[in-house]
Amino acid sequence: MTDTATDGNLLVAEDVRKEFGGLIAVNNVSFTVPRGRVISLIGPNGAGKTTFFNMLTGVYKPTAGSITLLGEDVTGKPPHAITARGIGRTFQNIRLFQNMSAIENVMVGMHTRMKANLFNSIIRTPFVKREEAAARARALDLLQEVGLRRKAHEAAKNLPYGEQRKLEVARALATEPQLLLLDEPTAGMNPQESAEFTQFVGHHLRDERKLTVLMIEHDMRVVMGVSDRVSVLDYGEKIAEGSPREVQRNERVIEAYLGKAAVEDMKRQGLS
Amino acid sequence: MGHTAEPVDLQGRLSARWHELPELQRTGVVIALELVLAGLLLFIDKALGFGVGAVVAVYWIYRLPPVPWRLAAQAVLVALFLALGPRSFGILLAAAFAVFWIPERRRSLVVPAVAIGAAIFYPFYQGHMFTIPVFGSWPDVATGVVMLVFVMMAIGLNIVVGYAGLLDLGYVAFYATGAYTAAFFTSQQFAGQKCPTPGVSVTNCTVAVVPRHKFDFGAIGLTPGTGGIHISVWLLLLLSGVITAVFGIVIGLPTLRLRGDYLAIVTLGFGEILPQIARNGDNLFGTGVNLTNGPNGITPLDSIGFGNRLSDATGGVLPSNFLTCCKASHFGHQIQSTDIFFWVAIVLLLITVFCSLRLQYSRLGRAWIAIREDETAAAAMGIPLMRTKTWAYASGAFFGGVAGAYYAVFRSATFPGDFFFNISVFILCMVILGGMGNIWGVIIGAAFLAYLNQEGLANTGSWLNTNLSANSFNLLVAGIFLALLLWLLVRAREQMMRYVLVGLIVVDLVLFVGLRIIHLPIDVPLYASGIYGLIILIVMLLRPEGLIPSRRRAAELHEGVHDEPLYDAVHAGAEA
Repeated sequence: MTDTATDGNLLVAEDVRKEFGGLIAVNNVSFTVPRGRVISLIGPNGAGKTTFFNMLTGVYKPTAGSITLLGEDVTGKPPHAITARGIGRTFQNIRLFQNMSAIENVMVGMHTRMKANLFNSIIRTPFVKREEAAARARALDLLQEVGLRRKAHEAAKNLPYGEQRKLEVARALATEPQLLLLDEPTAGMNPQESAEFTQFVGHHLRDERKLTVLMIEHDMRVVMGVSDRVSVLDYGEKIAEGSPREVQRNERVIEAYLGKAAVEDMKRQGLS
Repeated sequence: MGHTAEPVDLQGRLSARWHELPELQRTGVVIALELVLAGLLLFIDKALGFGVGAVVAVYWIYRLPPVPWRLAAQAVLVALFLALGPRSFGILLAAAFAVFWIPERRRSLVVPAVAIGAAIFYPFYQGHMFTIPVFGSWPDVATGVVMLVFVMMAIGLNIVVGYAGLLDLGYVAFYATGAYTAAFFTSQQFAGQKCPTPGVSVTNCTVAVVPRHKFDFGAIGLTPGTGGIHISVWLLLLLSGVITAVFGIVIGLPTLRLRGDYLAIVTLGFGEILPQIARNGDNLFGTGVNLTNGPNGITPLDSIGFGNRLSDATGGVLPSNFLTCCKASHFGHQIQSTDIFFWVAIVLLLITVFCSLRLQYSRLGRAWIAIREDETAAAAMGIPLMRTKTWAYASGAFFGGVAGAYYAVFRSATFPGDFFFNISVFILCMVILGGMGNIWGVIIGAAFLAYLNQEGLANTGSWLNTNLSANSFNLLVAGIFLALLLWLLVRAREQMMRYVLVGLIVVDLVLFVGLRIIHLPIDVPLYASGIYGLIILIVMLLRPEGLIPSRRRAAELHEGVHDEPLYDAVHAGAEA
């Protein structure tokens, strides 16, 4: 499954590179995201996964290379412009608007999809009233989707950890993304919550909502359970790519995670 | 002194003993003590004694069961004041009690309505009000105008600082822009000179020189032969707002890319640059262009009014010119031009409050708060940071500009000396004191500080000088005060009450010592900056969220905002 630059690709990153001074965080990585799939990006700590994410979402400007979203070059565009073009994201360490209520958080996510401006907000024209009411209704729907409808007016910081993660997803969905980036979505969840989340991503987001999902994930059960394709980064380079099964058996991946000795160990076991 | 298990410290033991007493006895003792305290104060100043007595009475009345006891007690108290005076206090008390009997969900409508009504009729009853202890008479209407203007500015700054979380230390720049815009368009500043005889230069002119340029667009009360730009002041208010907003955008575009402290420093710079331009603008870059008339300022400015046609059409209800208006007398009060300025200021303020509230609960308002809470997340959710911050800056600037223009027109003058850095800080203090992000808190904070600045401190000073002396505050009085306050401190359970009592004890000691060192009279307004600083210090220590905080802001101040900079490349690179 190595589909480069075919028509079904939502996002194409070509030779993307990021240097921080002398440190090469991401080294000429080419990467495609086909439409309607769940892609996982894995790799040991410090492999450059989050940096790669931050380049896709416009937080960092790549040192070299290009990123194409839906056929449009978005390299170096600011985050809000990229969000407007269809990438929604969550953060590794939850970054909700802590003191805003759940519904307000979701409504902030709709910013780019709303049109009210300073002047008609002051006058509160019928258009603004309608838009505001529609946004509120849609926000409640989204909260319903992630199972937080009853906590709509609770401040984000008062929600338990797992629910904060869900709220972040609802907020990202509110931006009406084509591609959803999840940065370690199950970090800090217990096994049952992780399993539920896997189900939510695979069944609800991919199969029902027809969304494309790209996620960074450490929990192998989640990765293997839901991914259509797994890409592995190590020291800023893509070392493997393929179906979960293929990646699991890949020597370089095992080496990256467990060291050279483990590979030899496995070979020996495989021989015997 | 045996080694027993009971609390060893004096306060603990007294407190324990005290709480063993029956409730009724305790209450009785406390009321008696408080009345003695009020009685003692009578010796220093009658109004103060009665004032404290009234506060004590109101406090205990609210401890009574509501009907019939509380109602009856309130009626008695009001009747007492109505009969024995000051009557205005009785009426005020009755109004306050009445408001609290309104069910809570209706109060949010009734209270603003009553407040607006009370403000509109203020010029009529201001002269009949009782003397406030220490602060003296109620602020006069001219002070009221200044207070309203400053409240407007504080609301404008609140949009920038309170909503969007952009610390602006140069807000005075917007105030100055508004004021100078007003001055440019309603004065003879750009009249120029020419000689009436054709072909003769100004220096060789044998007859009186006349203005060269004149532009008139609906100005009021111009004497024939004046030159310069004169446009209707109503139009001007809008124009100054717009020009200041544009100016805000121009300042904002390069500066708003900065975060936190860096932004504060740059705005501080702009707040210093503008007054300097005003001060030195009588000869711009040595070209001889006189833009701002330098340190002399620009004066006089045109008057404000509705013009003859509107005035005649409404039978004189709308005055044609504020400065020459007003012969009518209502409710025994002859309308002054200041009153008209006051009412117009109320209208401007209401518009400001309306806009500010509408913005707060809009798409843009949510975006501002999101940026304040977490810039990175806000950007990732599709909020264009620069544009959104610039809108906050522009709206804040707009109201600052309108307020500045109105103030300039009210005083009919603009001087560069009005726009020092301390005004920026002063307005920021108003926002902090009231409670950042909460418009009602900001209104109260701004009104109070503006009042102190205009009248309050001077009044307090003269009260201190007349009523306090080493004689009136001798060892006996100070000692009894101290004993009483300490006793109350022992029984005080609420933290706030304790703070108040500790404060009073300090005041008591400072006064006793101070009056023996310092020789009266003291010029209190001289210490203004120190006093404001002290007020802000106390607020920051005891109530960092301000007097009436916004729910959200309070939470942020107590827990700290979650905003790790994701742009910090080295950090993020290392962790990724």
